[in-house]
Formats: sequence, C-alpha cells, structure tokens
Amino acid sequence: MSTIISLSVLGVLILAEGLLGKKAWHLPTILIGLLVSLALTLSGWNLNLHYYNEMMIVDNSSVAFSSILIFTTFLIFMFAGHYYRGVQRPLDDIYAILIFALVGSVMMTSFGNLIMLFLGIETLSIALYVLAGSHKEAITSNEATLKYFLMGSFLSGFLLFGIALLYGASGSLNMDEISAYTVREAAHLSPMFKAGLFLLIIGLAFKIAIVPFHFWAPDVYEGTPTLLTAFMATVVKVASIVALFRLFSHCFPAIRETWETTLWILAVLTILVGNLTGLYQPNLKRMLAYSSISHSGYMMLAVLAFSARSADALLLYAAAYSVATVTAFGILILVRGAKGNDLFTSFEGLGRKNPVEAVCLTIALLSLTGIPPLAGFMAKYYLFATALEKGYLWLVILAVLGSAISVGYYFKPIISMYLKEGEGIKLEAGFAYKTHIVFLTVLTILLGLLPAFLINLL
Amino acid sequence: MQFIPISYYLIFCSVLFCIGVIGVLIKRNALLILMSVELMINSINLLLAAFSTYLNDPAGQIFVFFIMVVAAAEVAIGLAIIVVIYRTTHSIDIDVLNKLKW
Repeated sequence: MSTIISLSVLGVLILAEGLLGKKAWHLPTILIGLLVSLALTLSGWNLNLHYYNEMMIVDNSSVAFSSILIFTTFLIFMFAGHYYRGVQRPLDDIYAILIFALVGSVMMTSFGNLIMLFLGIETLSIALYVLAGSHKEAITSNEATLKYFLMGSFLSGFLLFGIALLYGASGSLNMDEISAYTVREAAHLSPMFKAGLFLLIIGLAFKIAIVPFHFWAPDVYEGTPTLLTAFMATVVKVASIVALFRLFSHCFPAIRETWETTLWILAVLTILVGNLTGLYQPNLKRMLAYSSISHSGYMMLAVLAFSARSADALLLYAAAYSVATVTAFGILILVRGAKGNDLFTSFEGLGRKNPVEAVCLTIALLSLTGIPPLAGFMAKYYLFATALEKGYLWLVILAVLGSAISVGYYFKPIISMYLKEGEGIKLEAGFAYKTHIVFLTVLTILLGLLPAFLINLL
Repeated sequence: MQFIPISYYLIFCSVLFCIGVIGVLIKRNALLILMSVELMINSINLLLAAFSTYLNDPAGQIFVFFIMVVAAAEVAIGLAIIVVIYRTTHSIDIDVLNKLKW
C-alpha cells in the first residue's frame, strides 16, 4: 500500500514540477523517488499486510514482484535522459503517466479482490494507450495507439464479463471466497462459472499477448516510441503474467482439470507460434516483440505448474527476462538514433566500431536464448524443472524445442554485428549510458552465476 | 416480493453484449466501434447490478460504480486518440491505418 501511495505522490510531484517549468529536475526526482518506493516496498517483507477488507494483500510474493517491476522501471528511466535529449516539448506528462502505469502494475501484483485486479489492469492499460501515442506527429505512433486502444477496450469487456459471471456464480468478488466456492462446488461447477473463467482467461491472455490473442503486440511495439516499448515488453508483460499466476494460484487450484488443458494449449501455441514467426521478422524491434510473446509462453509454465517453487522460478525468470530485454532495448535506442532504422543490416560492422555495445547486446541476446551460464539459462532451467516435477513432460519438450528455434533469430543481429562487413556506425553513447549498459550486462551474468539469491526467496 | 428471474437478466445482458461484440467486429468507423464497446460495458453493468440484487450483496453495485469511472476515463482517452488520428489522416476509418503490418 505504501508503494502505491509513494508512487502516486511521485507522479503528482512530476506534474507539479512540469507546471513550475523545472524540466531538469524530472529525472533526478524520478530516480530518487523510485528508489524510495523500492525501499518502502521491501520494508513490507514478511509483514503480510491486508488492506481495506482484503482488497489488497501485500504478501511476500507481491513484495518480490513489485520490487522487480519498480527496479525495471528504474533501469528504463536511466535511458530516458539520452532518449529524450533533443526534445523541446515538456516531458512531465510522459514521465508521470509512466509512473501511473507502474502504480497499475503494482496493483496487479497485490490484489486480493477481483475489483482491484480490474482497476489495476485498467490503470495500466489507460496509461499505456496514452504512452503508445505519445509521439503525436508520427503516424505509426497514432496507428499503434488506436489499435491498442480499440483492441484493449474490446478485450477488457470480455475480462469484465468473465468477472461478472464469476461473481454471479460464486456470490463474491473476494479471492478467498471464490476459492472456498470452488472447493465446495468442485464436483458440480455451474456452467456460468466455467464460462466466466474462460472469458477471464481470454481477457488476461490479451493483456499478456498470448497466442492467439497476440496479433496486436508486434504492431503496437513497433509503432510505440522505443523507450516506452521497453516498458511494455518488460514491466507490463511481467505484471500481467504475475496477475494470472496470482489469480490462478489463489482462486482456482481446486478446479485444476477445468482450465489445465486450455492453459496447456495456450502455452504451447504461444511458444511455437511466437518463436516460428520471430524467424521472419525484418528488424530488431519486431523481433523483440515476438521474443516477448514466446517468453510469456515460457512463463505460462509457472502458472500451470504452480507451487512455492514455481513462484521462485517465475521470480527469477521475470528478473532475468526484464534485465536482458532492457539491455537489448538500450542498444536498440542507440542504433535507431544513429541509423534511423533497426533493420538487421544496420547492425553490420558494429562489432568492430563499438565493441562494448556489441558485446552487451550479444550477452543480452544469449541470455534470452538461454545459453549457460547466463541468467536466462538458469531461469529456464528452474522453470522447466518445476514443470517436470508436476509431470508436464511434453510441455517441457515443446518448450525446449521452442528455445532451439529461437536461436535462429536471436543470432541474426549477432551474426550481422561480427561476421558481416558493413560501413559501420559510430554510436553516440555518453559515458553514463555506456556504464548503465555494462551494469545491466554484469547483472545478467551475476543472476546466472548466483541464482540462489532469488531462487529460495519465496 | 416478486423478482424477475435472474436467467432473464442473464439472457438479456448476454444478447446486449453480443450485439456490442458484433458491432466492434463489423464496423469500420472508430467512433462506432467505441460506442459498441460502451454497449458491451453497459450490459456488464446491468448484469452486475442484477446479480448484486439477486445475491443481496452490495459489492456488485460498488463494482458498477468503479466500472463507470473507468469507462468514462477510457472514453475520454479514446476520443482524444480519435481526434489525433483525424488530424493526421483526415479520416476515422480504421482501414486507413495500414502503415504497420497487421
């Protein structure tokens, strides 16, 4: 709760600074504010607080996931100064809305009632509609925001209809009472409840971008300004997966067999379609969009095989995925700034001209592929191990197959950078920017070498 | 007291919801799509209010108020987006927007 309050205050503070015209204060305030919120979040560890009649339940898992979300946002804001360096317009609105979106995502990790789940998703989505269209002059940004908005509000309707049907069948919006209802009625579940459950899955699957509800994601990612795409691909994705995980592990464990097959099929489809379509993408940004789709498929494994250990595995996976993706987007921002596009040909010759950036991008992509000893490998290892424990042998085989396919596209930029001769470009990264990218890369390696730091937490 | 059976509400709201869904799927005009989405959301509001009375539980009606607030915010954002689109393309037909691969 203190996290939500401090982040909301931070957002309002940024708007007030914008009103006073203190543009230079924005980033320092945000970075300090995010660190303060992170400290406040971590102070809730082991306290297990309940707020407002179980509306919000801040338990250890929500503290851990909220901290990852806030930390990822912090990492993204470190790029903001460089990304918006030549921009004349005031930026307080974009920064403040980004913080408000973070508030929504924190709500999605700590809800105890379906009302809060809905409010969290909508706080996040409405902020994102604005952010996607924040480059008002670019027609691609306009198109991205309209597509996102129309599809998002349409699918929110399904989510809401699902919640309404669950409410009608179980008589409550509280997660504990719904869980008690499913235990009581497990043998003869009303059709209304089942219909509600599937509509809820459709609504959440859209927010996560799970196949077959993923088609908006590459377009929206491509049209959105790159810094905000990084936010969408990491914070939004992790928050939605965590919301799905929390909902299913709290509410519906007693009626496993009703939803198990559906989620199984969705996970397999997401992994295979995400990776196969990723092979045919012309540029890095679209490729990262498909990469994020297939990674949400892997994270679905944690939802399917939930246990205390799968929460740990999901935590490590979310951290590894977020850090590697933010690094890749950091380099993407530089290349787009220098070349104006991000086709794979733009990366040619980068290995010789900019060795530091090239090595960092390579490590990030290798971590996303799941090459040992990087963070991505350890995360996948723990995730697949928990799924195997629950007997999902075929699911794990297909997931490993998907990872093998993903080598095909993750290596494209690496081959361009090192093996292709190009005229090369000089990326204009400042010292702070470079240090930040190197820091992220070190984080990826450290998470791979010392996963025990996160894996026994929950 | 005589209640209208809950199944009537359920069928009525489902039909309204489906009309909204069909509207979203077949209309090409962004404003009409927005109105169809509103129809979907209002059918859900009606359903929640009906369930709330039927179950003697006020939570559903509280939820309706939250949904109304969120829907109002969503419409405000949606209309703003449509205005921006109209300024750049002079049309609010969604088929005009094909710069990004679908």
